[in-house]
Amino acid sequence: MSTINLTLHVWRQSGPNDPGGFKDYQAKGISTHASFLEMLDVVNEELAARGEEPIAFDHDCREGICGMCGMVVNGRPHGPQVETTTCQLHMRQFKDGDEVWIEPWRARSFPVIKDLVVDRSAFDRIIAAGGYISARTGSPRDANEIPIPKEASDLAFEAAACIGCGACVAACPNASAALFTAAKLAHLSLLPQGEPEQQDRVRKMVSQMDAEGFGHCTNHFECMAACPKGISVDYIAKMNRDFLKAMITARTDLPKREKQ
Amino acid sequence: MELRSNEPTGPIEARWDKHRFDMKLVNPANRRKYQVIVVGTGLAGGAAAAALGEQGYHVKAFCYQDSPRRAHSIAAQGGINAAKNYQNDGDSVFRLFYDTVKGGDFRARESNVYRLAQVSVNIIDQCVAQGVPFAREYSGLLANRSFGGAQVSRTFYARGQTGQQLLLGAYQALERQIDAGTVKMFPRTEMLDLIVVDGVARGIVTRDMVTGKVQAHVADVVLLATGGYGNVFFLSTNAKGCNVTASWRAHRRGAFFANPCYTQIHPTCIPVSGAFQSKLTLMSESLRNDGRVWVPKRQEDCGKDPAQIPESERDYYLERIYPSFGNLVPRDIASRRAKNMCDQGMGVGPVVDGARRGVYLDFRDAIQRLGHKAVSERYGNLFDMYERITGESPYTHPMRIYPASHYTMGGLWVDYNLMSTIPGLFVGGEANFSDHGANRLGASALMQGLADGYFVLPYTVGNYLAQVKPGAVAEDHPEVKRVVAEVEERVSRLLSIGGTRSPDSFHRELGQLIWDKCGMSRTAEGLTEALQKIPELREQFWSDLRVTGGGEELNQTLEKAGRVADFFELAELLCRDALTREESCGGHFREEFATEEGEAKRDDEHFQHVAAWQWSGDPSKPNLHQEALSFEYVKPSARSYK
Repeated sequence: MSTINLTLHVWRQSGPNDPGGFKDYQAKGISTHASFLEMLDVVNEELAARGEEPIAFDHDCREGICGMCGMVVNGRPHGPQVETTTCQLHMRQFKDGDEVWIEPWRARSFPVIKDLVVDRSAFDRIIAAGGYISARTGSPRDANEIPIPKEASDLAFEAAACIGCGACVAACPNASAALFTAAKLAHLSLLPQGEPEQQDRVRKMVSQMDAEGFGHCTNHFECMAACPKGISVDYIAKMNRDFLKAMITARTDLPKREKQ
Repeated sequence: MELRSNEPTGPIEARWDKHRFDMKLVNPANRRKYQVIVVGTGLAGGAAAAALGEQGYHVKAFCYQDSPRRAHSIAAQGGINAAKNYQNDGDSVFRLFYDTVKGGDFRARESNVYRLAQVSVNIIDQCVAQGVPFAREYSGLLANRSFGGAQVSRTFYARGQTGQQLLLGAYQALERQIDAGTVKMFPRTEMLDLIVVDGVARGIVTRDMVTGKVQAHVADVVLLATGGYGNVFFLSTNAKGCNVTASWRAHRRGAFFANPCYTQIHPTCIPVSGAFQSKLTLMSESLRNDGRVWVPKRQEDCGKDPAQIPESERDYYLERIYPSFGNLVPRDIASRRAKNMCDQGMGVGPVVDGARRGVYLDFRDAIQRLGHKAVSERYGNLFDMYERITGESPYTHPMRIYPASHYTMGGLWVDYNLMSTIPGLFVGGEANFSDHGANRLGASALMQGLADGYFVLPYTVGNYLAQVKPGAVAEDHPEVKRVVAEVEERVSRLLSIGGTRSPDSFHRELGQLIWDKCGMSRTAEGLTEALQKIPELREQFWSDLRVTGGGEELNQTLEKAGRVADFFELAELLCRDALTREESCGGHFREEFATEEGEAKRDDEHFQHVAAWQWSGDPSKPNLHQEALSFEYVKPSARSYK
C-alpha cells in the first residue's frame, strides 16, 4: 500500500466571534486508499494524543448522499474531483509532498460555527417557505391514477438529486443560492402534482432566498461545476422564467399571507 | 412483568381496521393542548412529526444532524416494497405478509407484520402525492423491480437513491409544518436522557451541540425514531453519527430492549482497506443479479491478479453449494459463506491485519453476454462509486466485496400500538424491534419506517393522548430537575477523566471484539469470552478516556464519548442475548446450532419467543422476559435455498 505525506493549512476558528486563521499540520504516512475525511481522522487522532483540540468538521453518511460534509479544498468546494463530495474524495487524488488548503464554506448566509463547521439552516428556511407539495397524510388517491410522462419524471428526479450540501453557494462569487432553490422548484413544478402551488411556491421560495442574504445569480456557472450531483444551471433559467411569470400573473386581488 | 402485545383479535385482515375504530380520538380543538416530542427525523420520525403536526398537535422534533434532511434513511439505495400488484404477477397483501414473516424466520408478531403489508400500499400513494420521483415506465405508470430474491416485482425505486427521495418527501412535509408553526425543530440537538415521572414518560433531556446547553423538554408523549445500533461494530454501513444513546437511555429508564442479537450483515460491501477505515460502503444488492461470486481454488493464487487465474482454478462457491439460488441466496447465507471462505484462507485483496478479507464479485461474464453498454446502464453509477473508493474499475477488474453490519432488527420492545414498556414512550422505525423478526428482507426498512411514521403512530399516539390530561408535569418538577442534573454530571464526568485515549480508539477496539465474537457467526465460547472482556474494556474507558475541549461549545469528541459509553453497555446485552438464544435463526447464527450442511437450525420448541431485557442497574445482570409468539396464518417451516 502506498502512503503519502502532506502539509495541511487548515482554517481554525474557535467560534463565530473568533476571527480565525490558518494553522499548519503535517499529515504523515497517509494511505492513498483513505478518504479525505479519513485523512483528517488520522490527523485528529494525533492532535488528540497530544492533548490538542481536533479539527471540527461536519460529516455523517460518508457515502456522498447526506450532504452534511463539505469543505473548500485548495480553493474548490469538495476538492479537485468532479461530482464528488468531500467524503468520497480519496487520497489517491493527491501526490506525496502536496500542500493542501482546507477552509469552510464562505458565505455571509452560512456563518461559521467552529473551524470547518458552518450553519446552513438558511436552506431549511427556503424549503419551509414553499419547497413542498401540500399533500395531507392519508388523503391521496391511488398512485397510478396520475400517469406522469417518463421524461418529466426523469427530469424532476435529476433536480431532486440535490443533497443540500451548499457547495453551490460556496463556489459562487456572489454566494448565490440560486442552484439550490431552482433545483427544488424544478423538481416540484415539473410534476403534475406540483402544478397547483407552482406560482405561489416560486414567489415564496425566491423571496426567502433573498431574505436570507444570498447574492444574485450572474451566470458564472461555478455552482454547476462544484455540484457533487452535477445539477444543471438550466434549472436556474427555468426558475427565473417561472418567477417572472408568477410576478406578472400574480393574483393580487387575494390577501397575501404574511410570513414571520 | 407480563408483556402484553395488545393485539386485536379476530381475522388478521380485519384487525387493524377494527383497532382503528376501537381507538379513542382527541377532539381537534383539544389537540393543540398536547405537547408531543419526536426524537429523530428519518423516515419514521420525520413522517410522524409531520403527520402529528398536520393533525394539530404541538410537536417538538429533534435531530443530531444540522438539518432533518440528513437522517441516515437518506442513504438507502434499493427501494421500498408495497403490495400494489401493479405488475399483475400474483402479489397481494397476504403474500407480502407471508414473505415478511418467513423471511424473518418466524420471529415476528403476525398482527404487526400484516398491518405493515396492509399500509404499504398507502405509502406509495402518499409519496407520489408529495412528488417523490419514483421510476416510471414509458406509459407514465410506476415501474417496479424484483428485489432481494422476491418472486414478485413489488419494489418501487428512484434509481439508486430511493431512501433519499422518500426522506426528502417526509422532510418537505415536516418543513411545511414548521412553517405552519405546528412543529418546532431542534437540529444539532442530542437526546441524552428520558424523563420518567411515576412510571410515565414525560419528556427528554437534550444537549444543544453548538452551545453545550443541557435542557429539559417536557411533553405528554415521547416518540423515539432514532434508528438502529449497527455502529456498535464501529465499522458499519451506518452514518458516523448513528448511535444507540436515545434508545439506551430509555432502556435504562425502564424500556425493555428486545432481541438485540438480531443484527443484519449485508454481503456486498466494499472491504476494509486499512487501519484508518472509518466506515464501510454498501454496494447495492442488485449487483448479485449479474455478478458472479468467486474465490481462487488454491490459496497460493489469492494474492495474484485475478485475470491470471484461469476458469478451472476459480471456485464459484455460491453456485456450487446452492445450485438453485446460486449468487442470489439470502443476505445472511451469502455473508456467512464469504466469511467461511476467508476464514479458510481463500480471501482476496490486500492483507489487512494479517488476513485477506474479500471475495470477488465478477462481471466479466455479464459484460461478455450483455455488452459493456447494457452493464453500464444497469450498474454504471455503482461501478463509478466503487472506482472512486477503490481506484479499480469493475469493468476490467472483478469487484472485491465483504460483508458489513448494515441493519439491526432488534430494538426497544413495543406492543401493537408501538408503545414501549414505559407508558407514553412510543418507538418507531429501526429503533423498535417489531416487524422484521430475526431477519429483514431487502426494501422493507423504508416500508416499515414510513408505515410507522405516517400510518401507525399518528393513530396510536392519538389514542394514548385521548386518555391522558395535557400538561401533567411542569419543567420545574423535582424529577425533571433531577434528570437534568444527572445528565450534567455525566457530561462533566466524561470531560474530567483525563486519561490518554480517544473515544474512537475505544470504539474501534470494542467494535473489533463484537465483530469477531458476535458478528456473522457466534459460539458460546466466543460470546463468553466477549462477555468477560467487555466490562474490562469498559472499565478502561472510564479510567483512561481523554476528551479535549470543554462542555459549553461544539465538541465532537465529547459527543462521541457519550455515545461510545452507551455502546459499551449495549454490546454486553447484545452478546448476552446471543448467548442465551441457543438456536440459529435469521441474522443470528450459532455454530453449535446448525444442520450437517452448516445451515441455520431453529429451535421453535424453546425459542419461539421475543427475548425482552429489562435493565437491572447492573449492565452485566439484566432481567430476561419473554413474549411467546404464535403463528396462526403462516406455518413455521425451515428455509431452504439449495
